Amino acid sequence: MATRGVSSVIAATPEPSPGSAPAQRAAIAWRLATVVDVVTETPRARTLLLDVPGWPGHRAGQHVDVRLTADDGYQAERSYSIASAPEDPRVALTVLRLDDGEVSPYLNDVLRSGDRLELRGPIGGYFVWNVALGGPLLLVAGGSGVVPLMAMLRHRAAMQARHAVPARLLYSARRREDVFYREELARLAEADETLEVTFTLTDEVPPGWTGFGRRIDRMMLAEVAWPPAERPHVFVCGPTPMVEAVAATLVELGHDPARVKTERFGPTGGS
Amino acid sequence: MNGEALRLDGNAAGGILSEVFVPDVTAARATCANCGAMREMGALLVYASGMGMVIRCPSCDAVVLRIARPRKQLWLDLTGVKLVVIP
Repeated sequence: MATRGVSSVIAATPEPSPGSAPAQRAAIAWRLATVVDVVTETPRARTLLLDVPGWPGHRAGQHVDVRLTADDGYQAERSYSIASAPEDPRVALTVLRLDDGEVSPYLNDVLRSGDRLELRGPIGGYFVWNVALGGPLLLVAGGSGVVPLMAMLRHRAAMQARHAVPARLLYSARRREDVFYREELARLAEADETLEVTFTLTDEVPPGWTGFGRRIDRMMLAEVAWPPAERPHVFVCGPTPMVEAVAATLVELGHDPARVKTERFGPTGGS
Repeated sequence: MNGEALRLDGNAAGGILSEVFVPDVTAARATCANCGAMREMGALLVYASGMGMVIRCPSCDAVVLRIARPRKQLWLDLTGVKLVVIP
């Protein structure tokens, strides 16, 4: 296939990725999902709880493509991370409303319980985690990048009785009211000594705030992250510049690049 | 629009690639035809536009794969990938 006469000699074979499981062998089909409930998460974000007939099940960290078709046949497709645990029979998508978006305003403002939505998935075999892969687990979220990481934490909580995997979440948001799943995260952390949730607010810090109040930086990562010697599984998700800065800093701090997995959401932080 | 902000991960190409490949190939390992680096497809860099995606090698920045959907067709350029190993 290659026509450039480039040598195919590979000096070192990377270790198999801990996130890898055998790839799905069934084709990913477009399916018609039904909205069974809608939960308001923040002033700009809602969670759609979907019933998806024929859903084959997913792994924490995977996403779906959502397709909207206009009356004139014009179609727009966007990817949304799955927020629900694999153990949850409903598929949850938390969608941040982008004012200039083509798809997210419809999902946020128009869709109601009982409406239908075309989607395909689950997609992605790389940015995935399950308790069998072990830990410790380090999750770093920027804005709506918390969504696939929440699926991991929900999965972890569902399996906690059998697999105690220590986990830390570092979650950066603009303001406190932009934080997704705030109460659930507080509840999870309170009920579980092996889970630490740390917030940082970049735009506005309310009085009495006990978390960080700046963008994620090297000092914060050094303080919050597991020491590299513990070889944590790291998942970083958020806007592209944030993800790249965090991943590069973690590698500088001594984390194995092969264990730092990234999911860039593009320029806005909400795909 | 600046290219920096539009960069995504190989994972983002999982949907459109599923129109060609039956197994999910984001966990498959691809060998770059230019530099020989082998990476999971999910770890490659994706540059997305309305029409399709250009997937580049994070080691040497060469184009590994291009996939696009012009006029309801599906175009796939694999000259930049030497080998794909699906787990």
